[in-house]
Amino acid sequence: MGLKSKRGSKEFEMKTLIWLLVIILIIIHQDFWYWEDATLVFGFLPIGLAYHAGISIAAGIVWTLACQFAWPEGIDDFDNEAEGGAK
Amino acid sequence: MNSFMMLAEGEALLNPGQTRLIVILVYLASLLFLGFFASRLFQGTKKDYLLASHSIGPFLLLMSIFGTTMTAFALVGSSGEAFKKGIGVYGMLASSSGIIHSLCFFLIGVKIYRFGRQYGYTTQIQFFRDRLESDIVGLLLFPILVGLIIPYLLIGVMAGGTVIQVMTSGAFDWEAFQVMKEGPAGDMIIDKGKSGGVPPYLGSLLICMVVLVYVFFGGMRGTAWANAFQTIVFMVLGVVTFVLLANKLGGGETLMESLRNVTSKVSPDKLTRVNMPQSQFFSYLLIPLSVGMFPHLFQHWLTAKSSGSFKTPVICHPIFIMLVWVPCVLIGIWATTQTVGPKQIPIGNVISPNAVLPFLVKTNIGPWLGGLLAAGILAAIMSSLDSQFLCIGSIFTNDVVAHYAGEDRFSDKQQVWIARGFVILIVLITYVLSLQGYRSVFTMAVWCFTGFASLFPIIVASLYWKRLTAAGALSGVLAMLGSWLFLFWKSNWGGNTEFLLTPFGEAYPIMPVVAIFACSTIAMIVTSLITKPPSDATLAKFFK
Repeated sequence: MGLKSKRGSKEFEMKTLIWLLVIILIIIHQDFWYWEDATLVFGFLPIGLAYHAGISIAAGIVWTLACQFAWPEGIDDFDNEAEGGAK
Repeated sequence: MNSFMMLAEGEALLNPGQTRLIVILVYLASLLFLGFFASRLFQGTKKDYLLASHSIGPFLLLMSIFGTTMTAFALVGSSGEAFKKGIGVYGMLASSSGIIHSLCFFLIGVKIYRFGRQYGYTTQIQFFRDRLESDIVGLLLFPILVGLIIPYLLIGVMAGGTVIQVMTSGAFDWEAFQVMKEGPAGDMIIDKGKSGGVPPYLGSLLICMVVLVYVFFGGMRGTAWANAFQTIVFMVLGVVTFVLLANKLGGGETLMESLRNVTSKVSPDKLTRVNMPQSQFFSYLLIPLSVGMFPHLFQHWLTAKSSGSFKTPVICHPIFIMLVWVPCVLIGIWATTQTVGPKQIPIGNVISPNAVLPFLVKTNIGPWLGGLLAAGILAAIMSSLDSQFLCIGSIFTNDVVAHYAGEDRFSDKQQVWIARGFVILIVLITYVLSLQGYRSVFTMAVWCFTGFASLFPIIVASLYWKRLTAAGALSGVLAMLGSWLFLFWKSNWGGNTEFLLTPFGEAYPIMPVVAIFACSTIAMIVTSLITKPPSDATLAKFFK
């Protein structure tokens, strides 16, 4: 019982952390700090574009964590009422 | 003179426009073959035709969802908009979509999949009728969803016609294919960028017919396969276009050198967001929420084999968006440095933003490869059209015919034929509408997405808020409709492409979606709180 509740609270912490990361992603998406910066990364990639490409990669990482640690449980466990049988 | 003699004398058999046309036709034929092959696996049931019998695994789900969400807007619209406004278009729509789209798949898609499988839904309207215990919700949503998706279809059909015309220009010297435009002196001159190409009314018809054939015969399975194939085609060819254009426009010895050369010529206002108000950029965050309410995506979610199939799309979607959009945005800003013609006129003076990508491909890359790249652009367009046509066919069949005539009135096989009939009707209506007028791809898409995004609160509330009532949802939908129509009218029906709201002063303009979204959310919450909550049976069904 104790072990189960400890695991449950760890899952809750992970889920909270992941949703926090999603909110951080949305906040850092508003990058007013690079608004007028015309620096070219590697000599060809405008820094505003490079930064947002980085946001896309970060989003991929955050969603990987979400699928790993915050995936809803029991989604496939249902009685298939539409087909008249238990799945 | 026979062909061999022409070849021997070094005379080309086909001019560049004809060569590109043949490549495009071969590509379209391959899609027909794929649709025909998918139709061989068709089991003859409505569930198989509309939902591929829930057989779509992670890879096909990723490719079909990505192909569906990436439209003409992604390739033609993004490069055109970057050409006009600079790199800000990526942050405004692409990186935000990477976060928000996956959020929608995760929070909405997975739950919808579960309810769809458990209670046998095919369309959004079936779900809302059940969840809200109301037939009126379905009656109201039906014309709104169809009305919002038709402009979305038009974007694809019209962009397809433009791409084919630009890419095949010069193919034929027939008088009927000549295009005139107003010259600098006010006189009428030949538009060389389009003249001799397949006219848009024929190009759009060709696109409609090909999509119709593989949707008609292959149903959802054919659509998913064609989407996967087309997504691979446009992603690969997008990267190839990027590399070839960089080398051609940059003229360096290595790719890196070419990239540096071509970007160094771009003016600073296109490399930054100096001309883009921060408040507008911020308010664009609401636009990608439209994905949560797209009826065609709803149907794709229900094709999944299991909930686990969603993980790959959730993770890979942002990365795929980056792979497609970054090259297009760079091509768009490079185009601002290009000049054309004997007097070296900037290309912005001779072509519309929608034609930037096809024009650069045509003028800088050989005809065979140019034809392939045109096929890539058409792939992006058609991979959205197919799902949308099928989805409208499904809505008519399930939410109108089967719902009002009675599920048992028609056999399963008859319902498949009814769905096919509606698909033909919608293709016909879309094609005829595409001949009527023209608006920028970007503007049309933004208004269409604004409507869907403003319905987002209703789908979220229906899944996560027990207190949502039918009256609340109806109020939200009506508030969305009223405010959307009012602001669309104020924008001269989309004619004012720079239409923004300024409630906080001229220095802080925001997108109309903020006001419409707020109207629908407030109306939904307030009305739900003052009306009778849903029955316990319904709550038990959806909130176990």
